[in-house]
Amino acid sequence: MIFQNAIWTITLVGMGLVTLGFVYAISQTGKPTDSAQAERSYRASNVLRRWLFLALLLVGFGVSYASLRHFPIPAQHAPLQASQVVDVVGHQWTWDISETRFKVGVPIEFRVTSDDVNHGFAIYAPDGRIVIQTQAMPGFTNKLLYTFRTPGTYKIMCLEYCGVAHHGMTAELNVVADGGKS
Amino acid sequence: MSALTLYPDNERLSRNERIVFNLYMISAVLLFLLMMLLGLTMRMTQATWTGVSVTLFYQMMTMHGAGMVGTMSLASTAVMWFFLRKYVTLHLWAFLANYILFLLGALCIIYSVFVGGFASAWTFLYPLPVHSMGLWSTNAAALFMVGYLLIGVGMLLYYLDAAAAIIRRFGNLGRGLGLQWLFRGEIDPNHPKAVVASTMVIIANSLGILAGAVVLVMCLINAYDPAVTLNALVVKNLIYWFGHMLINATIYMGVIAVYELLPRYTGKPYGISRPFLWSWAVSTLFVIIVFPHHLLMDYAEPRWMLVMGQLVSYGAGFPVFLVTAYGVLTNIHRSGVRWKMPSMLAVLALFGWAAGIVPAIIDGTISVNKVMHNTQWVPGHFHFYLLLGVLPMILTLLYHVVGSRARAPANSRTDRLGLFLYVVGGICFCMVFLYAGHMSVARRFAVHLPEWVPYDQAGSIAAMVLILGMLLFAIRIIVGLLKAPTDVDPAHPAG
Repeated sequence: MIFQNAIWTITLVGMGLVTLGFVYAISQTGKPTDSAQAERSYRASNVLRRWLFLALLLVGFGVSYASLRHFPIPAQHAPLQASQVVDVVGHQWTWDISETRFKVGVPIEFRVTSDDVNHGFAIYAPDGRIVIQTQAMPGFTNKLLYTFRTPGTYKIMCLEYCGVAHHGMTAELNVVADGGKS
Repeated sequence: MSALTLYPDNERLSRNERIVFNLYMISAVLLFLLMMLLGLTMRMTQATWTGVSVTLFYQMMTMHGAGMVGTMSLASTAVMWFFLRKYVTLHLWAFLANYILFLLGALCIIYSVFVGGFASAWTFLYPLPVHSMGLWSTNAAALFMVGYLLIGVGMLLYYLDAAAAIIRRFGNLGRGLGLQWLFRGEIDPNHPKAVVASTMVIIANSLGILAGAVVLVMCLINAYDPAVTLNALVVKNLIYWFGHMLINATIYMGVIAVYELLPRYTGKPYGISRPFLWSWAVSTLFVIIVFPHHLLMDYAEPRWMLVMGQLVSYGAGFPVFLVTAYGVLTNIHRSGVRWKMPSMLAVLALFGWAAGIVPAIIDGTISVNKVMHNTQWVPGHFHFYLLLGVLPMILTLLYHVVGSRARAPANSRTDRLGLFLYVVGGICFCMVFLYAGHMSVARRFAVHLPEWVPYDQAGSIAAMVLILGMLLFAIRIIVGLLKAPTDVDPAHPAG
């Protein structure tokens, strides 16, 4: 499953649960209770809140551990295990990329910086979805590690607003299969 | 019980108070409409339905962002003032000074953008303001920043007055926040929620505005003396520290209207509790330290800050879901609530906040941010909780005040039609943004790829429906606010 599609599904489930909570409470508003029942409802809601707290705490810890155990950003001050190093410099409004032809399955280290303003270096797969990104900042070099999995033409887009031609600041990368065919 | 009186006497406005409150709210409603029209024009430009130039598009984008954040701040400050003045002594001059400085700042920003051509987005990331490639001058950039400074000074002035008032009444800000009851002691059931929320905002937003002032002065010095270069990452941290707190403070000021007004329509007291105090204490800390989640794609940022950005983003959901949204749901549950415009808007507001925070929290995960950052996912989630959360909080108070002037809660057929259009248009508008974001549609692009245009067209239609609803609200509210109170004692002109 494409990662973004999984995120979309999880989001819809989360927002749907919130909606259900509101729909339930709203559907009950027309059934006023006496004070004894209200007291019982109040106690029950406090118990439910404790369980919700525990459930959210568990989910929070679980997701944090799973998503940070292998830190998703490569070490910036140590050598990366890449077969190829590519220098990327953003300018208003072009990309200067030292190599634009790559092979599938080869880890690439992109060293991304800018010589003027902030830019965003995002790699779009041939299917039009972002596979990875980092910021291109003046005075800093962000090291991005990526291994292309499918051949084709990948598009670079600037994802940090950088002035009037920001939307036109694009480039292309060609990724070929191990045998050399695109 | 006085808390459940629909229009209590201590909420009446004196003549001068009414004039200043009306100035705030009528300006805000008109600005909201204007900024929405700018937003619609931007969406229609992306949809290829207008001939707006790219230069004008980015100017409009800068104006829309700065204008919406500023107007949300202006209106939610008026919400905070409206309720806080019941519990502490606020000076009207400080409230008025904030309004005047806001107007002066807004004029600077409008002139800078539409005459000076400034188009650096509302976040003015260094060094773009002074690196326009000839499209705007240094003076235009400086005028924009001076505009921000004027607005910030006004807000600080108002917060200082409010802080002094809380300290005079409660001894210190910690006691205003209710920290003395976190672990032990019998909680004063009459301790006002408005004071707790206001104290939190005063602490957090004053820090944010000071950070903003520092970075604005740094950028102004650099603009006129380029030899004084700045560290782009430090500037970015300061800008997001300022920007995040400024926009989040609007939620925490706006929600006071829900706390104060909803129980009057449900008839059920909304008591203060230890979880409530804990949630506000924790939120005070979290809102101050969560800003690195805006910098997750700045790999040069220290790793501990990125981890903090993710974990605090998760933690920030607890108070929202388990205390405020849950509290509202238990308050309306089996209450026989009177469904009038203020109560419907209050429930909508909490729904918008709670549902809108879901995609925000998910995007706070570093590995998710790698594919969602600066796509339309981001405007998707913040429009959700601003359009369907904060703005309905403000409208809750406005409809309540309009009702109080007529001595009957607002609930006409036109009001309900406006609400229907606003909710349907708003939800569709935000969901189109989120859907496009998950399809990797970039945000802040004047020109879209052909395959992105259908989303822009759907978003434009939804925006039109939403704005129609807002137009009905605006007419009703402005006419209602300008109407003199019906039961004014001529000896004590208040109402």
